[in-house]
Amino acid sequence: MAPYASDDTTSGRRKAVRYVVPVTVVGVAAATIGLVPALADSGDPDLPKITAQQLIEKIAASDVEQLSGTVKITTDLGLPDLGGLAGSLASAGGGAGGAGDGSSADPSARLTELASGTHTLRIAADGPDRQKVSLLEKAAEYSVIHNGADVWGYDSATDEVYHSKSPEGTDAHGKESGRTGAEQAPTPKEFADQALKAVDGTTSVTVDGTVHVAGRDAYKLLVKPKDADSTVGAISIAVDAKTGLPLKFTLTPKSGGAAVVDVGFTQVRFAKPAASTFDFTPPKGAKVTEADDAGHSVADRAKGKGGAGLPGGEGFGGLDGLNVLGDGWDSIATFDTGSGSELPSASKPSGGEAGAFGDLLGSFGDKATGKFGSGTVFSTRLVNALITDDGKVYAGAVTKDALVKAADAAAKK
Amino acid sequence: MSRADTAGAGVRVRRSWSLGLFAGEFTVTLRRWRTLALLAVLAAVPVLVGIAVKIESDGGSGGGSGGGDGGAGPAFMAQVTNNGLFLVFTALAATLPFFLPMAVGVVAGDAIAGEASAGTLRYLLVAPAGRTRLLLAKYATTVAFCLLATLVVAVSALAVGALLFPLGDLTTISGTRITFGEGLARALLIALVVAASLLGVAALGLFVSTLTNSGIAAMATTVGLLTTVQIVDQIPQLHAVQPYLFPHYWLSFADLMREPIYWDDLQKNLGLQALYVAVFGSAAWARFTTKDITT
Repeated sequence: MAPYASDDTTSGRRKAVRYVVPVTVVGVAAATIGLVPALADSGDPDLPKITAQQLIEKIAASDVEQLSGTVKITTDLGLPDLGGLAGSLASAGGGAGGAGDGSSADPSARLTELASGTHTLRIAADGPDRQKVSLLEKAAEYSVIHNGADVWGYDSATDEVYHSKSPEGTDAHGKESGRTGAEQAPTPKEFADQALKAVDGTTSVTVDGTVHVAGRDAYKLLVKPKDADSTVGAISIAVDAKTGLPLKFTLTPKSGGAAVVDVGFTQVRFAKPAASTFDFTPPKGAKVTEADDAGHSVADRAKGKGGAGLPGGEGFGGLDGLNVLGDGWDSIATFDTGSGSELPSASKPSGGEAGAFGDLLGSFGDKATGKFGSGTVFSTRLVNALITDDGKVYAGAVTKDALVKAADAAAKK
Repeated sequence: MSRADTAGAGVRVRRSWSLGLFAGEFTVTLRRWRTLALLAVLAAVPVLVGIAVKIESDGGSGGGSGGGDGGAGPAFMAQVTNNGLFLVFTALAATLPFFLPMAVGVVAGDAIAGEASAGTLRYLLVAPAGRTRLLLAKYATTVAFCLLATLVVAVSALAVGALLFPLGDLTTISGTRITFGEGLARALLIALVVAASLLGVAALGLFVSTLTNSGIAAMATTVGLLTTVQIVDQIPQLHAVQPYLFPHYWLSFADLMREPIYWDDLQKNLGLQALYVAVFGSAAWARFTTKDITT
């Protein structure tokens, strides 16, 4: 009896011991997932001290022409679903025809996609004549390829091709879309250029230590507005210490929370990309839309609708010139929709669409009143806009109070 | 000296005997009507997809409605009419979410529990193979079936694609062109990655199979778990757990058609499968080697 009993206890213990293996594997995996990011963050790189001025010059002097890499863009403007909103804007605006007949490979049709959520882009550049930007999608990809005289857009999900000739060409539309193609990638450099334009007495620019970005050592440039009314908290730009190329751009709102815009390389190489990267021949059987054709049809349609006296067209045509109040970070763009109180009545004939659109906007906005009368404030995490009941629009990256103040000041005049 | 010799010979004998065990298991699995029926269903999917695309492209090519609505349907669907090789990718994308893992789940779930319910498990263990070795042979059989099932889909799709559509140089989804030979190489690589994507389900199925003595119960549980996990993977509110679900990165095989190849998600997928194999493989081992075998 005794031997059996001892046998049982050993085998029982052995049983329990064996289950330790899977449990250990789970534990190790969980620890790895939790700890590796912390361990990989091996402290900030050790770089010589540098002033903000020197760093900005470094950026300006950057002459990187050949690079390839992966860029991650995260945008969080605080809108419910910008994709859907953009779609309804396009349709509610009576659509000059752009959204309806455009090829899904048209670069301008794809830009709005980047305005919300997280996207991965791949970019490659070889001098001013050859660039490629690809937006990675699930099992598909949308690429814009600029190679010498041609700009191609290729949407692999629908197998559609968009082609426009020579950005230097005489056709204005072609020129425009050419530029959209080439400049579509909001590379960190472009973002940085825009942010640095705002540098003046209203802004503090400092070098805020160093960071690792995409495996490279970088300086961190911190740009902070001094204006109390600005909704921009801080802009931080990581600048590659060797090449001076901005590698990461982050815009955080003053209200805190996640960054509104976060664009950065996750991978970058400064070698010349393979020439085949920029070669594109439309696949057999793919639907090719030529920019010229598309341009004409859009223009024709717009003309036709304008002739029919589309109220939307009138409204937009009657815009009073755009004014900018103030300067620096708390500047407010203002314009008069012109038709004033007639706008609602003028838009009535265009049917339920515009009405529904108005309701949609109203549901997003808050009522605001002041000496200027009353209006509606639409707010996102960064930009606020005030539309007064008499048709004036005030918009800027400033607080609601600043908008109301500006409207009051304008009303006094 | 002589002892070392005999020990070496013993290892060799044991190794070849392990191979024999695996080969025996694999042929037994392949001879089952159930397995053949599963493979036949898998081979039929590309035929169906190919004929459907062919009919649609012949009928509606004038209106161009096929491409216009694109984005619906499995990945790469729009390119199939241009190049038959894309049917391989479309067929794999169509079968990977359900048909392939279901077939693997049936085979893996049956591995131990099927023998137990048929009353043959005892006799397998009478042979001096040891439980660990038997379990390894069973898992190797399931893995071989993963590969075989994927290749059946791929080869069937390639045959149908070559019959119904033109072949030739192809455009990657990044817009660059590669030769047909390189396309074939990528198709093979994709098939291997898809087969590797199924390893996690195979290990899960094997573990479930050691828990019960009913083959049907094990298969049903595995396929049920698979469906549940797929549903959880679709619920946006549960996005925090989704990166740890085994099907989450399955469609990353499409990244092999980018130029240059985008490895991030592929690596995550393979790493995740390895983790599932380690966890459920060792759990299956812990269970099977300590279990009372009564049938």
